[in-house]
Amino acid sequence: MTDALKATLTRAPLRRPGWRNAPAARFAVEFAASPVAVLALAVTVATALLAIFANLVTPQNPYDLAQLDIMDGMLPPGSSDMAGSMTYHLGTDQQGRDMLSAIVFGLRMSLGVGAMSTLIALSVGMSIGVLAAYFGGKVDAVIMRVVDLQLSFPAILVALILLAVLGKGVDKVIIALILVQWAYYARTVRGTALVERRKEYIEAASCLALSHRRIVFRHLLPNCLPPLIVVATVQVANAIALEATLSFLGVGVPITEPSLGLLIANGYDYMLSGKYWLAFFPGVALLVTIVAINLVGDQLRDVLNPRLKR
Amino acid sequence: MLVYLLRRLGQSLFVVAAMAVLVFVGVYAIGSPIDIMISPDSDQAEMEAAIARLGLDKPLWEQFFIFVSNALQGDLGRSFVYSTDALSLILSKLPATLELAFLALIFAVFIGVPLGMIAGLKPHSIAGKTIMAGSIMGFSLPNFWQGMMLILLFAVIFKVLPSGGRGDTVEVFGVAVSFLTLDGLSHMLLPAINLALFKTSLVIRLARAGTREAVLQDYVKFARAKGLSQRRIVLVHIAKNIMIPVVTILGLELGSMIAFAVVTESVFAWPGMGKLLIDSINLLDRPVVVAYLMLTVLMFIIINFTVDMLYCVLDPRVRLSEVRA
Repeated sequence: MTDALKATLTRAPLRRPGWRNAPAARFAVEFAASPVAVLALAVTVATALLAIFANLVTPQNPYDLAQLDIMDGMLPPGSSDMAGSMTYHLGTDQQGRDMLSAIVFGLRMSLGVGAMSTLIALSVGMSIGVLAAYFGGKVDAVIMRVVDLQLSFPAILVALILLAVLGKGVDKVIIALILVQWAYYARTVRGTALVERRKEYIEAASCLALSHRRIVFRHLLPNCLPPLIVVATVQVANAIALEATLSFLGVGVPITEPSLGLLIANGYDYMLSGKYWLAFFPGVALLVTIVAINLVGDQLRDVLNPRLKR
Repeated sequence: MLVYLLRRLGQSLFVVAAMAVLVFVGVYAIGSPIDIMISPDSDQAEMEAAIARLGLDKPLWEQFFIFVSNALQGDLGRSFVYSTDALSLILSKLPATLELAFLALIFAVFIGVPLGMIAGLKPHSIAGKTIMAGSIMGFSLPNFWQGMMLILLFAVIFKVLPSGGRGDTVEVFGVAVSFLTLDGLSHMLLPAINLALFKTSLVIRLARAGTREAVLQDYVKFARAKGLSQRRIVLVHIAKNIMIPVVTILGLELGSMIAFAVVTESVFAWPGMGKLLIDSINLLDRPVVVAYLMLTVLMFIIINFTVDMLYCVLDPRVRLSEVRA
């Protein structure tokens, strides 16, 4: 059933070679079938753009001390500054920093760490997983044992152990997130690759005496990508949430380069005195980002999963 | 069976040893606790005396050797900050964490199972869809932020529940517990909800999947044919059958709840093991960090080992595939 479907899918572009974009177009149409997913994708793209162009879109650079006025500290949302030239839509923190600007810059940090660690973990995990599946035997047994072992511990515990060992810092957080995540990709890609490996095109490639390297990375790996894309999307959201949690606990990014999690941690101290905006708005930004990415991931899973197709 | 057991036991011991090396070397390689423990204006002699007292002047391998031989006797070092035995310090915080985790577990089951069954019985109704959307939110909400919003809502705005701490405790067999006093319970409520949220979402999904499967089964049809009321079918026949996977998963998840308690305890200033860990990391109190990590890893290894053994007894296929590999 699955094989038959795959065959039709791969045959279609062969019949009409001019339609090279056909699978992509069909994919887009299927994805757009859910309006919620389209909205989520729009939100995800918007947050990514905000993060990339943070210094162009924010009313102030929250980490340029020259632009901050301590007199504007702790203003509730909607108040204007002393000079009356600027409105703090989401209020200010204790140093008179515009929360809206701080959130956009925090978003940059959170998304940056999440995307970077996911990309590296994806390439590491995927290479290891596909090698395990291709070579099998002892290599496979050892690698998968390590993967099983790591996945038997909760991610937050592994990350805490690593950060207790590595110490604070953006680079350390990224390393910890990579080490937490790689096992998910390795396991996912191995599962797919074990099935793909027995297919005829791999046999054909072996008969052409292509090198292992070429077979694994040019033939096997590209055919294992769809489930990986789904896992990677969901993992970006998980990585962002985990980073925020670690930063909140004070073992994540340093105070000089705050992420959303650290902004929330800063707001924690003032929350009990009723200054809710310091913790509330960064949290909303975090929540919206995570939900949007998860919804995109959900829809991708439905579209890319051949079993769900009629 | 015996081969499999021995093989798994060997692996577990190997993990413990590897963790010991990793945690010890890592934790002892960063920063010097001396800087924060001694006032900066103390002189060289005082400093050296303190270093010698803590055993920090010895080479790393010797410190590790001392650590391992002490650890095997159940001594995981003395806290630099509290000057007490690190292991008993952690164990003294264990009851607080455990009672929180158990209350959260109770919440997860008693809220999650009924909601999941409703969603499973009427998957296309508004109630069913709302419950599922809620469970997606439960997965997506960052735990710590959700806890802070609970504090904001119930402690700051409505002022009905305390924002943190453990409240009044009573001694039961020499262990202080909160759940037997009204004040203690009111302190436990918010942290337990916070800790339960993620697991509740999980239970909702499990219960929903289980219910959807169960309603199609012959025994449900038969019960209906027998003329039993819908109420009895749902509460007795379906509920009993979906509890099997729920109980299995929750047993496994108890360990991860203790790990996640780190976050909840930090938010609610709950004096348990997790808060101790975060405080100790920030104070560079190495023996406590090492002892906590070793204890938690050991706990997980025991849980995983037990589960594997149970599966091995219950399902012969596991055993066979393992021996072949």
